[in-house]
Amino acid sequence: MIVSKEYMESIIDQNKRIDGRKFDEYRKIEVEYGISPKSAEGSARVKIGDTEVLAGIKMELGTPFSDKPDEGSIMVNVELIPMASSLFESGPPSINAIELARVTDRGIRESKALDFKKLCVREGEKVWLVFIDIYPINADGNLFDACYMAALAAIKDANFPVLEGDKINYKEKGKEKLPLTKMPISCTVWMIGEKFLVDPTQEEELASDARLSIVILENGKICAMQKGGSMALRAEEIFKMIDIAEEKTKEIRRYFK
Amino acid sequence: MSKLVVVEKQIVVPGEILAEGMDFLPGKGTFREGENIIASRLGLVNASGRVVQIVPLAGKYLPKRDDTIIGVVKDMSYSSWFVDVGYPYEGSLSMKDATAEFIERGASLSDYFAVGDVIITKVANVTKEGNIDLTMKAPGLRKLNGGRVIEITPFKIPRVVGKQGSMIGLIKDKTGCTLFAGQNGRIWIRGSSPEAEKLATDAIYLIAEKAHTSGLTERVGEFLEKNKLENQK
Repeated sequence: MIVSKEYMESIIDQNKRIDGRKFDEYRKIEVEYGISPKSAEGSARVKIGDTEVLAGIKMELGTPFSDKPDEGSIMVNVELIPMASSLFESGPPSINAIELARVTDRGIRESKALDFKKLCVREGEKVWLVFIDIYPINADGNLFDACYMAALAAIKDANFPVLEGDKINYKEKGKEKLPLTKMPISCTVWMIGEKFLVDPTQEEELASDARLSIVILENGKICAMQKGGSMALRAEEIFKMIDIAEEKTKEIRRYFK
Repeated sequence: MSKLVVVEKQIVVPGEILAEGMDFLPGKGTFREGENIIASRLGLVNASGRVVQIVPLAGKYLPKRDDTIIGVVKDMSYSSWFVDVGYPYEGSLSMKDATAEFIERGASLSDYFAVGDVIITKVANVTKEGNIDLTMKAPGLRKLNGGRVIEITPFKIPRVVGKQGSMIGLIKDKTGCTLFAGQNGRIWIRGSSPEAEKLATDAIYLIAEKAHTSGLTERVGEFLEKNKLENQK
């Protein structure tokens, strides 16, 4: 759809959205677990409206960082392939892809949802490295939430591969699940003009002035934030966005029960 | 003995034999091999008279001379604008063809068309290399203000317009929106409210989805009537 920024703003000003939704209304969310049980330790597909994202977990053994000898680690990678949107180009990761990966990584890492200590095999020698690869295959807005949900669902789905001595048997799926101890949920609130909305379509994203991604735990604790867009945010605006995110994460949480 | 192997409106795949014998002529989306006419596209068969052709189910826009289309201005040079028309190459609109006004030396071209502007324009010429020349010098060609532009596959535009514009007239009537369907599959919609525009958008997507079925005008009429009532609630 082609919509000019001015026209989009005039619609938002009337407290309406271009597809008839309310400002705080998500499109239909679908979470599917274990879409690639043979090739990945864990996998998931997340759809939000027409946006569709795949995530896969691969695990490897590696040496721990010297300051944290008893902790494993995660690595998040997002690839924005041209198939997903006409706005994406092939080649090295764009700044948007890097930001998506970093925000997803931070949400999982800083919430301490994944118990890194349980990823340790032998202290100071061998730990599990969890690779989270995220592939949006259709981008129609709100990739921040979609990528985050896909990563979380894939971790939830993942099992440790079988360890035979120091060798990994990828062919067999272990019984042990990845140590996901908490459920941090992300919600990105977008600002267009003076108004706040969630789950924008591609057109709304292009017309937006600022956004704030917020990751919230079950108990209401905020564990990660990322601000984007060219417009500065006032303190009261940030509080308002947090209130919206708190409300919406409660709603999204039921997809991860 | 010539004979048609397929029936009208049958869905065929590339390589399928459509007709045998020299009495039939290969039309669009087909070719002749020996005595047979063979499909080169996926689509519905249309055998009107002796010509056998295929109406594709989907595909990109292929510009033809005199097509009235919707374009988006992507770039400007010192004497022309470059317009995205939904084709791999951009169309070029030269200063001479852009306006009937006299453009003074040193005038700013963006006063006429700026990057991002949506325009109704016409294909003046398509060269062998695929370069497209556009013109604004015909009735009805203009810059579009506001509204939204949606995109469907260009082969379904005739269904959206309908016989003598019956289908598009129906949507205009029931939703109160202003519509324009370009030959390149882009449709401009502007209504009094986003709800009306959404209704028109949904109706057009419904037409595109069910384009190959009959009794479509009635079905779209019902759809519009039903959803209009819901909107008013």
